[in-house]
Amino acid sequence: MLGEGILKGMAETAKNFAGSFVSKERLTTVEYPEERIAPAENARVFPFLVYDSENWEKGLRCVACQICEKECPPKCIYIDKSKDKKPDYVGKQQFYPTRFDIDISVCMSCQICVEVCPFEAIKMDTQFELATDDRFGGLLLDREQLAKSNEYYHEIHPTEAAEVDARLAEEKAKVEAKAKAAEAAAAKAAADTAAKTAAPASPTQAKPEGGQD
Amino acid sequence: MIDKADQIFVLLQHWLISFLPLALQQPAAVVIGVIGIISVFPAIFALTTVFERKGLGRIQNRLGPNRVGPFGFMQPLADAIKSLTKEDVVPSSANGPVHFLAPVGLVVAVFMGFAVLPVGRNMVLVDMDAGLLFFFAMGASTEVSVFMAGWSSRNKYSLLGAMRAVAQMISYEVVLLLSSVAVVMITGSLSLTKIVEAQNHYTGIFPHWYIFTPWGLAGFLMYAIAATAETNRSPFDLPEGESELVAGYHTEYSGFKFALFFLGEYLAMLSISGLGTTLFLGGWSAPFSFLTFIPSWFWFFSKLMLSIFVFIWMRGTLPRLRQDQLMNFAWKFVLPFTLLDLFVTALWRFMGEGILRWIVCSAILLAAYFVMGRVAMVRKHFGPRSYRYAE
Repeated sequence: MLGEGILKGMAETAKNFAGSFVSKERLTTVEYPEERIAPAENARVFPFLVYDSENWEKGLRCVACQICEKECPPKCIYIDKSKDKKPDYVGKQQFYPTRFDIDISVCMSCQICVEVCPFEAIKMDTQFELATDDRFGGLLLDREQLAKSNEYYHEIHPTEAAEVDARLAEEKAKVEAKAKAAEAAAAKAAADTAAKTAAPASPTQAKPEGGQD
Repeated sequence: MIDKADQIFVLLQHWLISFLPLALQQPAAVVIGVIGIISVFPAIFALTTVFERKGLGRIQNRLGPNRVGPFGFMQPLADAIKSLTKEDVVPSSANGPVHFLAPVGLVVAVFMGFAVLPVGRNMVLVDMDAGLLFFFAMGASTEVSVFMAGWSSRNKYSLLGAMRAVAQMISYEVVLLLSSVAVVMITGSLSLTKIVEAQNHYTGIFPHWYIFTPWGLAGFLMYAIAATAETNRSPFDLPEGESELVAGYHTEYSGFKFALFFLGEYLAMLSISGLGTTLFLGGWSAPFSFLTFIPSWFWFFSKLMLSIFVFIWMRGTLPRLRQDQLMNFAWKFVLPFTLLDLFVTALWRFMGEGILRWIVCSAILLAAYFVMGRVAMVRKHFGPRSYRYAE
């Protein structure tokens, strides 16, 4: 019949109108500044720099290798390499960035810097309330603003952070084992040279364990 | 006491003019009436915009505006301040004077319509003998403003919107007039106060509103359709179809001029709802005889708000028509049905009292409705959409 569809539609909208006053399920609105939903674990906005231990400046994982700077498609990362070196998380002497700026007005949140970083030093943040009244300086985040602790990283991406930590621990263990083996080898070599006069050394025993590069 | 409440505004007016010398009393009374109209109806307009946004929100399971003031009811104030402080941009190639006059003319013409609307017992600014005619004359002159706006902007979207608007308004103006002619035929008067008086009787507790007769119901439905189209409200909002025409005839308007267009549009909606109320819903008369103690103006404004609510409800439900569908609907369905309704009204007028005229009139209208619906449905193939070249 003519007009039937209109009546059906009107009934549907009337149901919505009345329903939104009674049922909370219908009214899914979250009134943002007051109420908020926690961001999803995979959420990503802009990159940040991870640091270990208490001091952000000393604990930065970044070694200023500049791979991210080169890979960044919109070229929004600016790194200055240090002249001197400082020990990294395994104790190896590394360079560190004297300047590490990300222009978030240019950044397109592609996560390529995160993917290429060999040191797990740069990760994606979930912080999205970055509005500022200074569109040049305010959107150019420097080292200090970018540095976030590993605990914070665990907070925002627990699964990913746990994986990263496991990987780093493994690496560290390997390095330590290698160092120990090297030490042992050195000690042995020293012993060998000492014993050389007494007996010939067996070359198979001198090989260090787990010594891959 | 009840009479006092009913006539409170009339008494207020008399009390105010009693301070003036006799010679000035008549003009002062008119001025007070005008002030009443130009303060009350824009206030309702402000309320309507909030209700509309909140209502549409609820229809779409949203909250709607709720930030400005309690429950967001100060939103129109914020909107007004915004539109007043915005830059008034006039295109350099626009025809300045016409561009300026269009919104002013629209609002003036729309306000004129309120002059003859009886908003309560004894509450009409000008009790004209040909009030209905005056109302339609003023309603029709809004089309001029719309076309002025579209043409003077020198913008393709504006011009297209204005042309659509004029085509649509003229098509539906015919229906609007013819559906009200039925009421005039029964009442025998063009005076809106007389039309309300004619409906202000009761059988038992039920009123003699024209909507409760077969011809009146049909006429009211046609009037409602035409009124929706006449005020460019969804689903007939083609003149400002934002998906294809940006904003239609007021594309090139900004700031307060745009606000005037907005005001004019809503005031037109209010005035045409007021006329519909007067013609078919008994104007200011109470819906039941035992409710007559409530002031007449209260009933008028509640009926007005009810029809506004239906307008909003329709806007939240129906998708926009296509131009050819709009024209076909006007000329092939609404107009013939309105003409038939005129015939049925004549039949009703001359068949005398009794149950027979109820049966005959209802049967004719229902049969016509079914047949026309059937014909309309059969001609069009409402099946799954088929494509010629795709697939």
